[in-house]
Amino acid sequence: MLDAHPAPLVQVEDLKMYFPIYTGVLRTQTGNVKAVDGVSFQITAGQTLGLVGESGCGKSTVGRAMLRLYEPTAGRVLIDGEDVAKMAPEALRRKRPSMQMVFQDPQASLNPRMTLAGIVSEPMDEHTDWSREKKTERVYELMDQVGLNRRFVNRYPHEFSGGQRQRIGIARALALNPRFIVCDEPIAALDVSIQAQVVNLLEDLQEKLGLTYLFISHDLSMVRHLAQKVAVMYLGRIAELSPSRDLYARPLHPYAEALLSAVNEPDPVLAARRNRIILTGDVPSPANPPKGCNFCTRCPKVMDICRSVKPELAEVEPGRLVACHLYTTQADAGSAGATEAKERNQQGVSQ
Amino acid sequence: MAEPAAPVLEVRGLKTVFRTRGGEIHAVNDVSFHLEPGELLGVVGESGSGKSVTMMSLLRLLPSPPADIRSGQALLGGRDLLAMSDEELRAVRGAKVGFVFQDPMTSLNPVFTLGNQVMEPLIKHMGMNRAQAEARAIELLELVGIPDAKRRLYQYPHQFSGGMRQRVMIAIALACDPDVLIADEPTTALDVTIQAQILELVKELRRKLGMAIVWITHDLGVIAGIADRVMVMYGGQVVEQAPVRELFANPQHPYTRALLKTIPRITGARESRLKVIEGQPPILVEPLKACPFRARCEYRHAACDEANPARRAIDGAKIGHGHDVACHWQAPAKAEMANA
Repeated sequence: MLDAHPAPLVQVEDLKMYFPIYTGVLRTQTGNVKAVDGVSFQITAGQTLGLVGESGCGKSTVGRAMLRLYEPTAGRVLIDGEDVAKMAPEALRRKRPSMQMVFQDPQASLNPRMTLAGIVSEPMDEHTDWSREKKTERVYELMDQVGLNRRFVNRYPHEFSGGQRQRIGIARALALNPRFIVCDEPIAALDVSIQAQVVNLLEDLQEKLGLTYLFISHDLSMVRHLAQKVAVMYLGRIAELSPSRDLYARPLHPYAEALLSAVNEPDPVLAARRNRIILTGDVPSPANPPKGCNFCTRCPKVMDICRSVKPELAEVEPGRLVACHLYTTQADAGSAGATEAKERNQQGVSQ
Repeated sequence: MAEPAAPVLEVRGLKTVFRTRGGEIHAVNDVSFHLEPGELLGVVGESGSGKSVTMMSLLRLLPSPPADIRSGQALLGGRDLLAMSDEELRAVRGAKVGFVFQDPMTSLNPVFTLGNQVMEPLIKHMGMNRAQAEARAIELLELVGIPDAKRRLYQYPHQFSGGMRQRVMIAIALACDPDVLIADEPTTALDVTIQAQILELVKELRRKLGMAIVWITHDLGVIAGIADRVMVMYGGQVVEQAPVRELFANPQHPYTRALLKTIPRITGARESRLKVIEGQPPILVEPLKACPFRARCEYRHAACDEANPARRAIDGAKIGHGHDVACHWQAPAKAEMANA
């Protein structure tokens, strides 16, 4: 921030989102689902942070809590220097135009009884006092930007294909010139050949409008393509936060490693040669996470300490944050820690 | 026939039409393929390409109306499934042909225990009594890797995770030792690490049981890892068919070629921009008189508008047995495109 690095537009500090569990006749609170349990990261203006993980890991909850679609339990969310997490309702309302969201399911996130013009101009109705002409003009402008034919302006969502509907969702998110957009699995519901169209559109818009994205996805190869930095989440916590290039070249956290190795290789020759790490079992319930490291129940390199102490996210290599005892316990012991950890890591692979 | 073994399943000229208020939708147009014993045939295509409808038509699982199977034959062990009476067909479904559906969340009945659902085909088709069926059900659940199978048998679907439910679906499909297993996007609804588990399981089951499998998916990555042979569908017809390595190394149809380029990879150099296939898949409101891909094709020429290309072999083998493609355009020889 003080040096040559561009300032982060978005800063999340120790974000927690707990959902209470009520049981019994009196509906007393007996516990919490810790959907997001202490997540911190930054996004540089004009860049994309990829947030990946399996369903139920809390990645969508992070996005929603950041935009105050949920009330976060604790933590700070600084967007352009203002803490969104604690903002008063009126201030939040004024803040909303600068932070928008593109949802996963273009079918469910568009009102079937509104026309394209109605959907895209609704944010303007809410947040501006523009004249009808100005709004119409802006709708056309947005339609050009996202590649929708102007003739379709009075059509209803069901008259569009999946890819086109996602373009409408993007146009709506762009309507008020936001600086930050949370893309929550925007391509998951689309066909392969259409996914590439939408991803290219998102990239073009970022370049043209200087947008900052949080790109939430379970598609690791698409995230590699889009994001400069990637956070891998597991059960409400970040396991690894690394520059995209480093993560894909050499994942450090055992979960990141397993996740990448589970991605299908679209080349039969390479696929046959590859040695996959197959994780056993399922993700534990976030209502009852394991003591110690959240990943200890499935980790192929689990150690004794993992079952009792939660590892903290720490910088183990320049620019790479990992929450894993493989790296941190060694580092504490002495200066040669990092290399020892690496050796240990490799032993784990060969076993 | 010159083949060493007779195919377990042979489909010839299948045509399925949906009758809707807005007219007919030609979902499957003259699809022919065969399945050899022990083989895994991958069927790839986008939604609406007809891949699921083709397989559902074989077992007549589509409600009619609106679905109408216009013509074709589906020979399973020499008997035509499409000409059978409902009674005969019922004896085939679940017994000779197992089906695994995409969504493990909705394809199990929530009000019956798993045991009930795994034992049902055993009692119906194999004539087992309850005790025998129960013993076999436990065996099956263990086969698909469900720990503590005996206790799990008396639990309900909601007590299982998605991956576990898909394992149960596979156990049900395998219950009667079918000759053919049809798996319709069985891993699409699952997370990548669970998907990898299921793929490993299927590979292992194939080694143990040796049944033939039809695997429907839109994910070329899945196909690359498990299939022996691939059939690419577009616009309700087969546009390309080849052994898996041949297809990935030497794709002929412009659609297959484009599809292979649109998928980003997690290894190798990062593309600065993704290749796209412009436009939308066709809506099949009338019988195809021209190539269904022509509107999105970069090699379109006059012939493409005049006639729907027939499948032609490119390696001299019989159609369906080597590498064939349905396209008017001749892909340049492999040497020229080696580094393209």
